[in-house]
Amino acid sequence: MKKDQTSPAAFPKAEIGREMKGSDAVVECLIREGVDVIFAYPGGASQELHQSLARTDKIRTILPRHEQGGSFAAEGYARATGKVGVCMATSGPGATNLVSAIADAYMDSIPLVAITGQVYSKYIGKMAFQETDFYGMTLPIVKHSYLVMDVHELPRVFKEAFHLARTGRPGPVIIDLPKDVQQAKFQPVFPATVEFRNQYATASQMATDEQLKQVLALIGEAKKPVLYAGGGIISSGAHEALKKFAEKTNVPVATTLMGLGGFPESHPLSMQWFGMHGAAYGNWAVDQCDLLLCVGARFDDRITGDTGKFAAHAKIVHIDIDASEHNKNKRVLLPVVSDVKPALVRLNELATANKFKAPDTAAWHAQIATWKKDQPFQYDKSKHIVPQEAVAALYELTKGDAIMTTGVGQHQMWAAQFYRFNEPRRYISSLGLGAMGFGYPAALGAKVACPDKQVIDIDGDGSFMMNIQELATAHIEKIAAKAMILNNQHLGMVVQWEDRFYGSVRGNTILGDESNVGSPDNLGGLYPDFVKIAEGFGVKGRRVHQKNELKAAIQEMLDHDGPFVLDVIVPYTEHVLPMIPAGKTVKDMILK
Amino acid sequence: MRHTISVIVENKFGVLARVSGMFSGRGFNIDSLNVAPMHDPSTSRITVVLKGDDAALDMVIKQLRKLVNVVDVLDFKEGQAVARELVLVKVKANAQTRFELLQIKDIFRAKIVHLSLDAIIIEATGDDEKVTALLGLLEPFGILELARTGRLALKR
Repeated sequence: MKKDQTSPAAFPKAEIGREMKGSDAVVECLIREGVDVIFAYPGGASQELHQSLARTDKIRTILPRHEQGGSFAAEGYARATGKVGVCMATSGPGATNLVSAIADAYMDSIPLVAITGQVYSKYIGKMAFQETDFYGMTLPIVKHSYLVMDVHELPRVFKEAFHLARTGRPGPVIIDLPKDVQQAKFQPVFPATVEFRNQYATASQMATDEQLKQVLALIGEAKKPVLYAGGGIISSGAHEALKKFAEKTNVPVATTLMGLGGFPESHPLSMQWFGMHGAAYGNWAVDQCDLLLCVGARFDDRITGDTGKFAAHAKIVHIDIDASEHNKNKRVLLPVVSDVKPALVRLNELATANKFKAPDTAAWHAQIATWKKDQPFQYDKSKHIVPQEAVAALYELTKGDAIMTTGVGQHQMWAAQFYRFNEPRRYISSLGLGAMGFGYPAALGAKVACPDKQVIDIDGDGSFMMNIQELATAHIEKIAAKAMILNNQHLGMVVQWEDRFYGSVRGNTILGDESNVGSPDNLGGLYPDFVKIAEGFGVKGRRVHQKNELKAAIQEMLDHDGPFVLDVIVPYTEHVLPMIPAGKTVKDMILK
Repeated sequence: MRHTISVIVENKFGVLARVSGMFSGRGFNIDSLNVAPMHDPSTSRITVVLKGDDAALDMVIKQLRKLVNVVDVLDFKEGQAVARELVLVKVKANAQTRFELLQIKDIFRAKIVHLSLDAIIIEATGDDEKVTALLGLLEPFGILELARTGRLALKR
């Protein structure tokens, strides 16, 4: 029955399988869903599944060194490809270690299937060894979840889980499998399709022509229109349709961080990205526009600041696949429930068919050009390597052709500001949840998915430490993901808030010895020694603190045929600017 | 404002937790929530009385529709549905007060479902106003215990 390839298309018809164990059926289901890699850490309650995985050569099983690392890696894989990422852990502590990634996938709408072992069903609810109610625990952070009590349900559950994870607004689905269900023998019936009684679970959401004509009419009347493009552009694969639409209508585009690369940043219509630390001109344009076209985004507080004053003079159109996002954070004039790709494709068709004439927005474009010139992303030079400069150098040396992952904090913002993204799925970052420790394991997942691409984790010394054990995974599994640590010996973003809002009082934000804080001027105080740690893991590393060595060091990292840790020593005194303080408005933007 | 909605759900493990968790997790206020299987035993009807403005109602309905095990969500606008609640109330009663309680019971077309020397249990059905009025009249006698179903509603 086994087919050569793992892909849903290879299994178009329902099939009755031979008699097999539940765990073997799980593997068969994964193959049928096109899974070629799974990040899985074994334990008593998932051991049976690992035994079954050991018997297939169609799925690569990667052993992370912490379940959280494995689950972030699965997300990195999903974010780099758009395919469903799959991770697995045992019951109890194995499962609880997946929680951050599940929450992260929920926040950022990433297709993820998390499989967990569960104690024998007769022990459920008895506080058995390594038992947790994982189904109950994850209810608020999943798109859907299953606790499978009858082995015969396995094929249907897996079919449904993958369907739900990847369709509509993508998201995480968990499948909790008691050990006796994994062990039970049965004759599986593998369905080829799914059925739900909830009509929205299978409906393809599409805007009506009437709605889209209204959108075009609004653009026709606008003098200062702006397109606000979010992660939906990327998950829907709508980047080309968006480009065409922006060009046809001559509307400038500002993306969110989730939407980074959804519109080419080198395009003349690009205002890069906006929000708390986004481009000043993007923020000004959104603030002053008279028409805001939000496509595949959700008016997150890091975008809007004070929602009451956000785009206060604009008519707002909101095209999104999830109806519950409409009017949730910001009331809009025209909510359109639609998958954004077909909506944009149809808008382009209608514009052509009706000979849509872009409005005269010359004055608006001139204004934006002035803003761009006056206030680009910028930083002051220093005698030391500053973090922004390291990112800019990386951009130059990779010619913009690499996949970035990040941890969370200042470096995450600088990576977005000083690397230019012209293609989708190139900036992989924990944005809604903001989970530190995301960067390196996500880079492993992205590298496994895209072995021919440079994959570089731009990280902070705080974030990198949170999943540093994954260097072992990189070495043992031969995954050549690179890490460039912008090492300032502090929790930089929290320090920045301390400096701006808390009188520079340090509340546990120094990562080294407080009486001997390391810096470019005090190399002796640097802690820990990341190069030595890397060496212990069998991974090559290099520390660089002198400006004139920066590019050579980055080049060495890029040229190295294997994982690499580049420890870039930078001062902690840099702030990410511009900055709109939380809950404030564009008028409160800090530029200096 | 109070809104009544019916949530038709699949009778599956954990569905009630999912629905009630959505309300608490997203900060919606509910007055009452009632669940029981429907005529088709593979589904249950959850009747929810929600406190909030129209925007909150709109959000609740959209969020409920996203739950995979939710089959349908019905929003009952004023006058579109009949709504009833059942209440069981145990009231202190002795030889002196019993007669008066029986009179009240009759006026409200309620029933006595239990009678003892020192208490009676009255079963009453009606809309909110009726139940509230009944309880107001019983209060001076001493309400010992009370169980209400919360509002049930069916489209006319």
